[in-house]
Amino acid sequence: MTGANYLTETRGLRSWLFTLDHKRIGVMYLWSTLLAFFLGGVLAMLIRLELITPQKTLMDADTYNKVFTLHGAVMIFLFIIPSIPAALGNFVLPLLLGAKDVAFPRLNLASYYLYVAGAIMALASLVTGGIDTGWTFYTPYSTSTGGAVNLVTLAVFVLGFSSIFTGINFIATTHKLRAPGMNWFRMPLFVWGMYATAIIQILATPVLGITVLLLFLERVFGVGIFDPKLGGDPVLFQHFFWFYSHPAVYIMILPGMAIISEVIPVFSQRPIFGYRAIAFSSVAIAGVSFLVWGHHMFVSGQSVLASAIFSFLTFLVAIPSAVKVFNWVATMYKGSIRLQAPMIYAITFLLLFAIGGLTGLFLGSLATDVHLHDTYFVVAHFHYVMMGGTFIAFLAGLHYWWPKMFGRMYSETAARVAAALVFIGFNATFLSQFVLGSRGMPRRYYNYLPEFQALHVLSTVGSWVLALGLLIVAGYLLASLRRKPEAPPNPWGGMTLEWQTTSPPPTHNFLEQPVVDRGPYDFPPLETEEETVARSA
Amino acid sequence: MSRLRELLMPAAASTVARDVDSLFYFLLGLSAFFFLLIAALTAWFVIRYRQGSRVRRGAAPTHNTALELLWSLIPLALVIVIFFWGFHGYISAAVPPADALEIKVVAKKWLWQFEYPNGLRTVNEIRVPVGKPVKLVMISEDVIHSFYVPSFRIKQDVLPSRYTQLWFEVTEPGAHRILCTEYCGRGHSDMLGVIHAVSDEEYRSWLESGGGLGEGMPLVEFGRLLYTRYGCEVCHSLDGSRLEGPSFKGIFGKPVRLSDGRTVTADEDYLRRSILQPQTEVVAGYQPVMPTFQGLLGEREINALIEFIKEQK
Ligand code: HEC
Ligand code: HEM
Ligand SMILES: [Cu+2]
Ligand SMILES: [Cu+2]
Repeated sequence: MTGANYLTETRGLRSWLFTLDHKRIGVMYLWSTLLAFFLGGVLAMLIRLELITPQKTLMDADTYNKVFTLHGAVMIFLFIIPSIPAALGNFVLPLLLGAKDVAFPRLNLASYYLYVAGAIMALASLVTGGIDTGWTFYTPYSTSTGGAVNLVTLAVFVLGFSSIFTGINFIATTHKLRAPGMNWFRMPLFVWGMYATAIIQILATPVLGITVLLLFLERVFGVGIFDPKLGGDPVLFQHFFWFYSHPAVYIMILPGMAIISEVIPVFSQRPIFGYRAIAFSSVAIAGVSFLVWGHHMFVSGQSVLASAIFSFLTFLVAIPSAVKVFNWVATMYKGSIRLQAPMIYAITFLLLFAIGGLTGLFLGSLATDVHLHDTYFVVAHFHYVMMGGTFIAFLAGLHYWWPKMFGRMYSETAARVAAALVFIGFNATFLSQFVLGSRGMPRRYYNYLPEFQALHVLSTVGSWVLALGLLIVAGYLLASLRRKPEAPPNPWGGMTLEWQTTSPPPTHNFLEQPVVDRGPYDFPPLETEEETVARSA
Repeated sequence: MSRLRELLMPAAASTVARDVDSLFYFLLGLSAFFFLLIAALTAWFVIRYRQGSRVRRGAAPTHNTALELLWSLIPLALVIVIFFWGFHGYISAAVPPADALEIKVVAKKWLWQFEYPNGLRTVNEIRVPVGKPVKLVMISEDVIHSFYVPSFRIKQDVLPSRYTQLWFEVTEPGAHRILCTEYCGRGHSDMLGVIHAVSDEEYRSWLESGGGLGEGMPLVEFGRLLYTRYGCEVCHSLDGSRLEGPSFKGIFGKPVRLSDGRTVTADEDYLRRSILQPQTEVVAGYQPVMPTFQGLLGEREINALIEFIKEQK
């Protein structure tokens, strides 16, 4: 490593805990969210193991209910919402913009500590009675059950602010700190994706905060809002909850799409096809996503008219997502494609996200949703979108920026083996669940009818293959930290600004202020067929 | 063909199920087409345009308005078709015919109670005529539950705050499963029921005989049947393990400590009171959550349950 970089310039625990450097905060977020993913993953393995037999396998029903609740809550609030924006985004967004840091470094650190506080509160529920409401906290079950519901609702409230702070920072940074010459249409698409995400984080998260606070007031002071025994309306809770949580689905997927929009052009050495369509569709999705929450409530007793409107808008929001997929595929046309780890994960994303999106059509359409709602079909659908989509995109981004973050290259061979295992394991685990669902197996079931066992066994065995693949990923990434080779500044031939500084970058990101005079994907011209022939002759 | 269909969905048994299934299979075909299109193009590009391959690359377009309009408008047209198709199915499943047979449903943790117009009450089990529309008017006593019959392709949440409705017309005689699909706690996955679809005559004679459950069965056997049928098993084990309520194992004839400090002997009378007025004598160390079975069980049924509990030594 030449000279001091952000990792080596200062040393000691204090220099990390009080750092205002967006890169260090990003790295702290990275390890924390990965830890949360590991915990959520262990819980997932326990769920799958329990479901290998139709009756009790290793835990009782109460424990099972707590385990799936915590799995969902940890994966959503502690992993998937913060992972891409707060970990990878924090690290690369200022670099992509040619900035020294985010607009409000102190707010950034505050966001991290709120995350830690929220995480501790949520996990403290483990030792204070657990929580068995499902991550959706539906009333009046959640107002009448025991356990640590109060603590967890407060944790969600705190975590919400952590997310809002990140959003505020990204919007201000994007508006104010772009390098000279970087106009809005020279911004990398990752920035557009983060920007759209930040809008949702700021506008939707307060609604979640208010909702869980109302739940808390009802539980602690008996204020009648949702519980019919106190004169409340339990369905109102569902409206509030999904008014946040549907847009939150896009807090989860837009960052994933944003990563894919960086990786595919670089590994095809081709400008992204339809830059403006992708940029604007992110913002369009962010807008329309506020108007579709009722598609979670087609059988909850809302009016037929409301259901019809929500169904229609849901289909509209599907179009920009489909357009993005077509754009990514078209970007590869006439490219010069290298199948290195980030690109392998990007293609995995394309395939799995396509399945997740297409099965969404079954759920957006009223007649079929009535049959499939709250069955394993839904469990499979959202895992294809969240794990097959966002999490795989996160892996693509992690492999793409790992050399920049830590200055090391990892083993490509190990990465290929792991990616293959993840792909096979994932599909075995979740494809089987579509069939379980359409055959009528409800979700959140501890016991199930024996006729479903074969598919559950397949799903559980698949989860072992998936886990093995992910352990290999952890293995070679961690090994790369202690091992050569060191990463060059631009290992993948990227044209965005982060590749113009050293790996890892110096504390202030760039030794000289970069000036931008071209688009983010203006790759050098590819050799023609004649040149290829000449070269190989 | 029908075998193939049953791989993905339970055999269709109601008038609305056919419609739902056609839409389902249409969507499946459409999804398969688009998935294969995306996968094939990706594979083709990755192979043909791999780095260093000998192909004509040149300057490829970075956008193409005609193409982009095309791949936005075709999906748009498709989803509009899907929307109307789905809406049509939903509407016809939402409006019950005026002459439907009406059954009241009360859901509670963790059982389904039914009441027929003539006053006949059943638990977790109903009998309905094939080919006649049936309407369910549903309410919950505690949290939200959801009434789901996979082979009819219908589902409706059951709320504690207001009535919701569901209707169906069965086309296939036989037993059709009821499941709860709104998470409601420990017994959620045990909140099962069954709809027996029978001929009109059979339905009438069953209704007139007042249900006729357990006729000619020995009392203990009948009690065992009721123990599962009425959901006692969700809260009471037979092997001594503690669930929501105390186990039935070895309770008969033993002293029971109550939450008000008294101790009583678990004789037949005590068991009877426990089943009919569970809130008046609450066993120490337990919450008073047991639902009352007053009005749901006839004398023979109560006897059967008591005999069954006596057998659990
Ligand atoms: C929702 C859970 C639940 C269901 C369902 C339930 N019970 Fe109970 N039962 C309890 C609880 C809790 C207690 C202890 C508190 C009390 O006495 O009310 C109890 C107590 C009893 C007792 C007294 C036991 C003792 O040790 O003294 C009897 C007898 C009994 N139930 C019978 C039944 C029968 C028969 C059924 C089915 C028809 C049934 N229960 C269904 C929860 C339930
Ligand atoms: C990015 C990764 C993941 C995310 C974001 C995620 C998220 C969720 C959420 C939100 C739920 C719903 C919980 C509830 O019903 O309250 C859930 C349920 C479930 N998850 Fe995951 N999950 C992830 C990974 C996994 C993995 C790797 C597995 C399998 C090995 C898994 C297996 C399950 C199962 C089986 C359920 C259903 C439990 C039930 O309904 O009874 N998940 N997940
Ligand atoms: Cu939604
Ligand atoms: Cu339930």
